[in-house]
Parts: sequence; structure tokens; C-alpha cells
Amino acid sequence: MAPKVGLFIPCYIDQLYPQVGIATLKVLEHFGVDVEYPETQTCCGQPMANTGCTNEVEPLAKRFLEIFKGYDAVVCPSGSCVSMVKHHYDEYFSGNAEFDALKAKTYEFCDYLTNVLEIKTLSGRFPHKVGLHQSCHGLRELRLASSSEVMGPPFGNVRVLLESIEGVELSQLQRPDECCGFGGTFAVAEEAVSCMMGEDRVHDHEQAGTEVLTALDMSCLMHLDGIIRRQKKPIRVMHISEILVECL
Amino acid sequence: MPSHPKLAAEFVKNKERAHWHDQALWFVRSKRDKAAQQIPEWELLREQASKIKSYTVSHLPDLLEEFERNATARGVQVHWARNATEHNEIVHGLLKKHNVTRVVKSKSMLTEECHLNPYLERHGIEIIDTDLGERIVQMQHMPPSHIVMPAIHMKKEEIGELFHEQLGTEKGATDPQYLTEAARQHLRQKFIEAEAGITGVNFAIAETGGFVVCTNEGNADLGTSLNKLHIACMGIEKLIPRAGDLSVFLRLLARSATGQPITTYSSHFHGPAPGAEMHIVLLDNGRSEISGSDEFRRSLNCIRCAACMNTCPVYRRSGGYSYSNTVPGPIGSILGPAKDPKANSTLPFACSLCGSCTDVCPVKIDLHHQLLTWRKELRVKGLLPFSKRLSMKMMSWMMQAPGMYRFVGKMARSIVPYLPRFMLYNRLNDWGKQRELPIIPKQSFREWMKQNHDDK
Repeated sequence: MAPKVGLFIPCYIDQLYPQVGIATLKVLEHFGVDVEYPETQTCCGQPMANTGCTNEVEPLAKRFLEIFKGYDAVVCPSGSCVSMVKHHYDEYFSGNAEFDALKAKTYEFCDYLTNVLEIKTLSGRFPHKVGLHQSCHGLRELRLASSSEVMGPPFGNVRVLLESIEGVELSQLQRPDECCGFGGTFAVAEEAVSCMMGEDRVHDHEQAGTEVLTALDMSCLMHLDGIIRRQKKPIRVMHISEILVECL
Repeated sequence: MPSHPKLAAEFVKNKERAHWHDQALWFVRSKRDKAAQQIPEWELLREQASKIKSYTVSHLPDLLEEFERNATARGVQVHWARNATEHNEIVHGLLKKHNVTRVVKSKSMLTEECHLNPYLERHGIEIIDTDLGERIVQMQHMPPSHIVMPAIHMKKEEIGELFHEQLGTEKGATDPQYLTEAARQHLRQKFIEAEAGITGVNFAIAETGGFVVCTNEGNADLGTSLNKLHIACMGIEKLIPRAGDLSVFLRLLARSATGQPITTYSSHFHGPAPGAEMHIVLLDNGRSEISGSDEFRRSLNCIRCAACMNTCPVYRRSGGYSYSNTVPGPIGSILGPAKDPKANSTLPFACSLCGSCTDVCPVKIDLHHQLLTWRKELRVKGLLPFSKRLSMKMMSWMMQAPGMYRFVGKMARSIVPYLPRFMLYNRLNDWGKQRELPIIPKQSFREWMKQNHDDK
């Protein structure tokens, strides 16, 4: 019997980027996963946590556990929200075995695809120069790929997966993994620095010839896309799941 | 105190300068990467350094006593200061005792923390910073904007102008070699005239009672060996247990700071020369309190290499002065609130939580996690702005009620697309100043699921 996966769609993806949820679902189903979308889910509480309002996170963390504890795995197309659950919920669940189990089976979408389902290649075609934005939380909290600061052999399954697609050429960036400047409430509280960071990221991709800008996190892309559209740059923004679904 | 976002926005307004500042520091960060790549055991070294420092901080009282015993046995006079005032009084007392009116100082962030220069100047003592960068900012009556490269925010044209006014160099001269030579001549005179030398301390060794000062210009050596009185000022966390530990830190420090294999001068001091006096002032100034905190203790592991500043995408674009704190950047944003949470309440938020500082730190301080913890502390202390608290409360309340969440989303989707642009993009919308809002979709993912998937 196929494992039953609970699809965790972050609130902003649900409301603003339904196509990302749809693509994620389709890719998972394509590979034979039995996906269920629990109706009552809302938000993991990351905005509140990042503002220091941990009291406001607690009820959301508890709801999250109730909603998702019954699944064999929980999969989410956002490294940042997964990191919230895996690294920042502990204070609400001291000694709670159900939570420890949930934590261990919560996966970022590409992590689940490449490490659990062991999909390392795709047969489709995507004839574009692709710029991979290495979202910080996926990189430095979930360790889904090597970060430039830490010494050792480079790793990262997403890059391997993208490179396996016919026609994909990955952009070579000057700064391979600098933050885009989104940072949740940081994007508004420190608007000036946030936008300069975003602009610099976009510029790096522009120089590298990126046609399609992608990432494991739609939130980084929301910020970068906002800048790209304001400045009318010829770069198309797609969440990684949207590229993968085209290559099935 | 002006908030970080406000000062940062002012710095960023000058796009050209902000870019130049970002690139200058990124150049240093890249040099660090290359230097670290050449050490196959780099990550092991970091791990070892972290363990040594954590051991030190948790055994601080014993190790400090051991240091005092061994330093005293070598003829070094050890002084204890609880805070900046006591520190400055001790230093002043020693200078007064020796009738000193002219002092040369090697760069020391600790004396910056204590505001020693203005204190001594008020008491009629001339104190000259001898590190070139530090001398430059001292001439401007400004603090350093970076802890390793104090004048990194200044362009050579500005330094040329400053030197023209203060040292009489040719107007319009910008050649670094010419300007450095002028500074060298000026400082040489100050070294000769001085009657005492003050230095900081990079590492003090409990086992031997000796200490090490690292400079690239040799100014600490010149300032201390030309004089009969050497006063070293040190934060109590600068201790390491054994002489054998030094190799770990000397390998990490310069590589992390500037990408050099080692600082040009790593000078070891083990007691005064015959007929001379050597003093060391050990300063607490809130450090014991930090060492008692499970959350923030690890911030005392810091060896002040500034790698976190060089890598921080916010520091690079907002400049050191935007932090209004002696130590800027990620580590400063942890230490600042520990000293004065109210005055520094915006610093833990001057961070996108990208985690680059944590990965670059040679002693593995979990900087971005501590910044996040500070945000919680500020909330507990009631130091979050009301607007932030209220919006998070409302958001949490809505997210606890799925029906409400769905309703609000649906309402927004049916109204926002029809609003005229001025109603969306105005001064109330900080997102929209330089960015477009997301294009509102016709339906949410949930609605799509209901229509297309659930009845399958």
C-alpha cells in the first residue's frame, strides 16, 4: 500500500499561488503517492515566531500536530515552513512522542522526492536557462544543499534533478547562495535593505542569463517576482514544482 | 536611539555607496572562503574552537583565577573591573601614577566599548589610536564602523581630504601608498612622544598567564616596546585554557577575518621587561550575566573576527553605523540588547534570518538562532512595538479559525483585483514601494481542490 502523505500547503501558497500547490500535488501523484489535503490547515505560525510572538504560535503548532499526526509523511513545497515545524516547534512539545514522530516525517517537497522516493532524474524537456535561487532555510536550516560558508564536498539533490532535465542549463551566479532579502516580516520592517538585497539577487541572475528563476520557497520568489515585475525585467519566476510538473 | 531600519534606509539611499560597501566586504568574505578552502580540516578546527571556548566560558571563574595567579607570578599586575567606569578609572589611575600625558593605543574594541578615549581626553591625556583605520576614524571623532576594518565605510578620496585637513597632505591626493606614508610619519612621531602604550588582548592563556595581541601593522609592538608602561585591556571572555589551544585560534582568526593565513604580527606578552611595568585590566561589564544565560552564553565564544559582519547581507548594505552599537552586525545585535534591550530593540530584527553568519562563524556561534531568541525576549520584556504585537495577535487568531481564514482570503480575492492602484500602492504599503504585490489568483488552492480533486 502506498504511504499516505498529508499535503501541507502554506497559507500564502494556498491563497496566492494555488498553481504551486496543484503542481506539487500532481508531481507527487504522478509518482504514485497517495496524497490527502487536510481541509482545516491554515498557517504554521512562522510570521509570529519570527516576530518573537511565541505565545501566538503555540495554538497553531498544536493544531498542526492534531491535523498532521496521522499521516505516514507530511510534504510541503516550502523549506522555510518545514524548517519552522522541524526546528522551532520543540518548545511547545517537550517530551511529546507524537510530535517527535511528526517532526521526523515532515519533508520539504524536493527532499521527499529525491531522498524518500529517490527520484534523481526526470525524462521531460525544459529548454531554458534556469537560475536556482538557494533559499536560506532550505540551505542552512534543512541542509538540503551545501552552503558556500561550510567547507567540504558540495552536495544538493535539487541541482542534480534539474540538471537531469533535457534542455535545462543552470545559471552560474557570482554569489551562489546569498539571501534574497525576503525574511518574512523583515521584508516590510527593513524595506530599504530588503529591496536592495532582492535587486542584487535579480541583477546577479540577469548577468548570468537566467530566463526562469526558480526556488524551493515561493516566499523568496514572491519578493523577487515583485521586484522583477516592478522593474519589468525579462525573467520568468516559477516554483520548482511548476518546472517539475512540466517535465513529467 | 534611532532605529536600525531608519538609519539603514538612509545608508541605502546612497545606492552607489551602499553597493560599493557591499562589494568591499564581499571581497573580504570571498578571500575568507579561499583561505578556508585551503585547510582540509577547517570544519574540525571550528568544532574544536567551539568546544574550547564553551569549556572556557563554563569554567570562567576558575580559569580567570588561574590566569591571575600565573600572570602575577610573571610580574604582570592584574586589575579587575566590573564595568566601564571602573575600567577607565583603573587605566587613568595607572597613567596618573606615572605622570603620563601622552598615550599610544593599539586597536581595541574593548576600550571602544568603555569609551576610554573621551574619558582620558577629558582628564587631559592625549590618546592616539595607532591602527591606521582606527586613527582615521579617530581623526573624524567617529567610532569604528567595523571591528576589524574600522574605516571600511570610507573611500580613499574621503581619507585624502581628511589627511589634507589634518596632516597637511596634498589636496586631492588619493594614492593609498602616499596617504599611508603620511600616516606612518605622523604616527611615528606619536610613538616617539608617547609615555605609555595601551593594547587590547586577543587571547589570554590561563595556563601560562601570558597573552597574545594580533595586529597587521606592528603598532601594538611599537607602542609597548618603546614605553616603560604597558596596559592591556581585556574582556574576561578572551581567555583560553592552554597555550596549546592557541594554534587552533590563530589559524581560524586571521583566515576568518581577512582571509590571511595568519596576522602579520601575533605578539606574545609574558611579563614586563626589566625596569618596565605591565598591567592587565580584566573587564566584566555584563559578561558574567551573559555567561549565566543558557540561551546567550555561546555569544561569549566570539573571538571578534568579524566574519559574521562580512557575510551579513544586511550589514554589508546598511553599514556599521546603522547599528548604533560598539560592535555592529550579527554578533553586535546579540551583545547590544544584552547590555541595553530597550536602546537596541531593533537590532535583532536587522536580520533576514538567512543563517550565513552561523555557518561562517569560526567558533560556531548559532548567531541567527540567538537573534531569533532575542526577538522572543524583547516580546517578553514588552519591547515590541504595539503595531507588531497587535498584527501578530490578529493573524494568530485568524489562523486558529479555518473558516475565518477562508472567508478573509475569499473576500480579499474578490475585492483586491478591482481596487485602483493608488489604494494598493501608497505610503501605508511598505511592500509596494519598490515591489509589485502578488497577482491575486481567481481561486485558492483549497477551492481548486474542492472543484477538481475531492470528488475524484
